[in-house]
Amino acid sequence: MIVAVASGKGGTGKTTVAASLATIWDGPVLGVDLDVEEPNLNLFLHPVIAGSEMAHMTVPMVEEAKCTYCGACSELCQFKAVSVFNQVILIFPEMCHGCGGCMAICPEKAISPGQRELGEISWGRAGDVGFLSGRLRIGEAMSPPLMRRVKARLDQMLAVTGGDAIIDAPPGVSCPAVNAVMDSDVILLVTEPTPFGVYDFKLAWEAFTPLGKPMGAVINRAGLGNDAIYRFCREKGLPILAEIPYDRAIAEAYSRGRVIAALSPGLEATFVTLRDEIRDLAKPSRSREAAHA
Amino acid sequence: MTMIAVTSEGPSLDDLVDPRFGRAAGFVVVDLETMDIQYIDNGQSQVMAQGAGIQAAELVARAGVSCLLTGYVGPKAFKALSAAGIKVGQNLEGLTVRDAVERFKSNQVEIAAAANRPGR
Ligand code: SF4
Ligand code: SF4
Repeated sequence: MIVAVASGKGGTGKTTVAASLATIWDGPVLGVDLDVEEPNLNLFLHPVIAGSEMAHMTVPMVEEAKCTYCGACSELCQFKAVSVFNQVILIFPEMCHGCGGCMAICPEKAISPGQRELGEISWGRAGDVGFLSGRLRIGEAMSPPLMRRVKARLDQMLAVTGGDAIIDAPPGVSCPAVNAVMDSDVILLVTEPTPFGVYDFKLAWEAFTPLGKPMGAVINRAGLGNDAIYRFCREKGLPILAEIPYDRAIAEAYSRGRVIAALSPGLEATFVTLRDEIRDLAKPSRSREAAHA
Repeated sequence: MTMIAVTSEGPSLDDLVDPRFGRAAGFVVVDLETMDIQYIDNGQSQVMAQGAGIQAAELVARAGVSCLLTGYVGPKAFKALSAAGIKVGQNLEGLTVRDAVERFKSNQVEIAAAANRPGR
């Protein structure tokens, strides 16, 4: 089972929820940081890194001597990553989406595959919890290609070890966020009951609902703000799987990079219940999959 | 024959210079000798998610101009225009196309050495 921990905005405690869940999980589990623009799951899990590699994407490289400036590549590329002006051909590797179309279409075979560095993928262990993370190269504009590489490695790792994965997804509702949750079995939406929290929570609910995945809410800093979030969840039939109280000790632990599930038996119990609720939530989708298989 | 292009909010010499290049409404192409004009619509580039500046550079390059007058140009578009051998005069927003052209004719437009808009 893959659980994606998402949130309509940053700073709701998404990462601390993901880290806590991974820590109290029973059975093999991988904590995966797909928030590649600002990965910080490592700050909570404190993994020992066993290996890393740079991830690349194939982008075009032109051998100008062979190019006749026919313009076929430029006409094809909807991203304008390759462009022909009279007797000059320009490549903007940072805008390339790596579709390979220009390489295939060039009648002179003037375009060969080059590489653009996307970022680094690293993996390791934090006690019983496996760890996997992507970090986007500074200056790289697109997260999804690196996220896809991280997910491919996740599949490989799960194929070897079995077990479950908890994904720390990027905040927000844009393309990277959807990309992170779309292969999961359950989506956990972490929010806080403040007006901003509720607003972004609604956006996230709207963005992820079309994916047709089981979803549940985790309310962090419960006791703050008002009851709008509870009303919204009730209206939409969205189960609230856990509430983490607003508490100074928790905030402090968070700022020190500690896993909050380890703070007190009460908090540990909250996350154990959350885990069981997630399993329950995943069941219908599993049986549906089984029926399709 | 010297042709220049001016980013424009409309098809005539009396329209205002569109401050944007890649997402300009269109380009008024002026023959400096005859003052004949021709309008190129840029709607196609305006709706692009990315690469609007490069697409726009292709459009004006195809029109055979030697210079472009506009408000701001980003680094990719600047690179593309330079590759096409098109000089760039920028910071001309707020003028009409006609005034921008007159300024150019009287050598009051400085030719830019670099983009004046950071890239995204
Ligand atoms: S398709 Fe090939 S030959 Fe034609 S312009 Fe592109 S690189 Fe040059
Ligand atoms: S690989 Fe695809 S996106 Fe990249 S330059 Fe070629 S056609 Fe454009």
